[in-house]
Amino acid sequence: MGEIRYLEALSQALRQEMRRDSRVIVLGEDVRASLRGVTKGFLEEFGPDRVFDTPISEAAFTGLATGAALAGLRPVVEYQINALLFVAFDQLVDQAQKLRYMMGGQGRIPVTYLVPASGARRGLAGQHSDHPYPLLLHMGMKAVIPSTPRDAKGLMTAAIREDDPVVVFAPAALLAQKGPVADEEYVIPLGQAEVKRAGDDLTIIAVGPLVPEAVKAAERLAAEGISAEVVDPRSLLPLDRETLLASVRKTGRAVIFDDSNRTCGFAAELAALIAEEAWEALRAPVRRLTRADVPVPFSPPLEAYVLPAQDRLLAEVRALLAASGRPG
Amino acid sequence: MDPRPDLRPEQLVGLYRTMRLIRRFEERVVELVNRDEIPGVTHEYVGQEAVAAGVSGALRSDDVITSTHRGHGHILAKGGDPRRMMAELMGRRGGYNRGRGGSMHIADLGLGIYGANGIVGAGAPIACGAALAAKLQGSDRVAVAFFGDGGMNQGVVHEALNLAAIWRLPVVFICENNGYAISAPIGQMAAVERLADRAAGYGMPGEWVDGMEVLAVHEAAAGAVARARRGEGPTLIECRTYRFVGHFTAERVLGLRYRGEEEIAAWRERDPLVTYPRWLETQGVLPPTDRARVEAEVEALLEEAIAFARQSPWPEPSEALEGMYAVPYPGLPARGW
Repeated sequence: MGEIRYLEALSQALRQEMRRDSRVIVLGEDVRASLRGVTKGFLEEFGPDRVFDTPISEAAFTGLATGAALAGLRPVVEYQINALLFVAFDQLVDQAQKLRYMMGGQGRIPVTYLVPASGARRGLAGQHSDHPYPLLLHMGMKAVIPSTPRDAKGLMTAAIREDDPVVVFAPAALLAQKGPVADEEYVIPLGQAEVKRAGDDLTIIAVGPLVPEAVKAAERLAAEGISAEVVDPRSLLPLDRETLLASVRKTGRAVIFDDSNRTCGFAAELAALIAEEAWEALRAPVRRLTRADVPVPFSPPLEAYVLPAQDRLLAEVRALLAASGRPG
Repeated sequence: MDPRPDLRPEQLVGLYRTMRLIRRFEERVVELVNRDEIPGVTHEYVGQEAVAAGVSGALRSDDVITSTHRGHGHILAKGGDPRRMMAELMGRRGGYNRGRGGSMHIADLGLGIYGANGIVGAGAPIACGAALAAKLQGSDRVAVAFFGDGGMNQGVVHEALNLAAIWRLPVVFICENNGYAISAPIGQMAAVERLADRAAGYGMPGEWVDGMEVLAVHEAAAGAVARARRGEGPTLIECRTYRFVGHFTAERVLGLRYRGEEEIAAWRERDPLVTYPRWLETQGVLPPTDRARVEAEVEALLEEAIAFARQSPWPEPSEALEGMYAVPYPGLPARGW
């Protein structure tokens, strides 16, 4: 067990899977040179028949992965920019995601779509800063968003081994984070949330890059005598409803801290779930902290204003507890 | 038509049989749509039979095809079972897709049919993927991407042509130019006279072939398939053809006017279902009695297919939630209530 960065954990998972299974190939833009760093050294180790640089043709290389998967390969597709999912959208949701169902259950499409540097990075503006996971969940596509290096390795491995299309969002804000990661192969199964910090007064459901922020916020709240539980869904679809609901039933309060857009966003789905399934346990309305529904603006103060952040979370939690009465 | 000493008489007759099967399948489908036994709309392949028959005649059963919204002909030519196709068109459990796809989505992975497709041009990169897999698996399988003149203007088709060319993938791109993208004449939608000329821009051979001549299509396809099997990369073949009927079964009630009766009549003069068996007869390959026998076999096959489809049970409504994931999880897929 060593301390490695999130990006290295992803790389380790992919490398171990490529060593283990010759059907796994990786393709995308600049993956041989490894602009993003996940596939550094892969060309040397695995050769040109496993590591493919593609032209700037996102729709075609996404569709190519579908055909290759139907024919028995297990492609891993890297998208250099989160918004490239939009360019490839028909091939993702209308083809890869729908084909097995529409073919009456024939075939398997084990493709992993890796989105390293998803979400906002300072100063990249509206076409390089999206976190569009709700769009994919909406269409039934499996998706994960690990928040620690340990989760990144285990969920990436699970995604590659899954016999369905899975999107792995690797948030830009986390790629340099270090954490303990076991050297050997391991899987964190899809559909398992994790309580990242236990607490009793309220539940913060935090997603992806906001998980470490929520944990820090919980530590500050603890100093104020507020006991916040932080739950990380990790896998967005399948979703571990039971772990989320159990926490909300225990605390009676929920704040959802999500890095996707507000309207029809992932937080909206969770709020509806809690309202439908845990209404009787709620002592306060469910609150959402999300992105604003604008393209992420360029200028740092503008960018900071529209993204969900720790200070707003702290204010929200304090207001919620004040309004609903602290548990006695 | 030139004699084809490279084809055995049974192969020559087989091409006619395939075309006849497609034509009669489509005619029976129209009857069933009009009687509301087939829900929705279908896109008939009537007039274009020489393309599917000629191309598939050059393929092996393990080769892969991706098809289009007008896919019945491709699927029949590749060996698709008319019974399971008809059952799918009627939305029955015995259909290829268990009633989840219908006309525009019939697939049989076991026969290398990676599906008809409801999105124009979308099958082209999928065919490239099948071809890449064949190459990496050390197989000499090839993949064929069918699309139309409309698909020739879809961005992903251009991306796929380029990918196939740079990686020398064993793909044959078949552009069936039937003259119209629904109502839009290709002359108004492309500035080149021959769509095959676009191949030059991707550094691959482009061939124009008369799509009303099954042997010409077969010859061009066989050449391209052989090149692909030898590892010499992709080819774009434009097959100039024509659909004798509307874009889809509902077109006649829409009263669209985008082509004249004279034009249709002129193309019908070149109907491969008329010209080709006539030629076979002059060559002594298919005398009238043999032709009648082939046609009777086709009729019997279709009768059986329709009977099979009608007897196939409707799916249980709850089957609508099955088959979405190879690896299921509790609660997936979400239901709407």
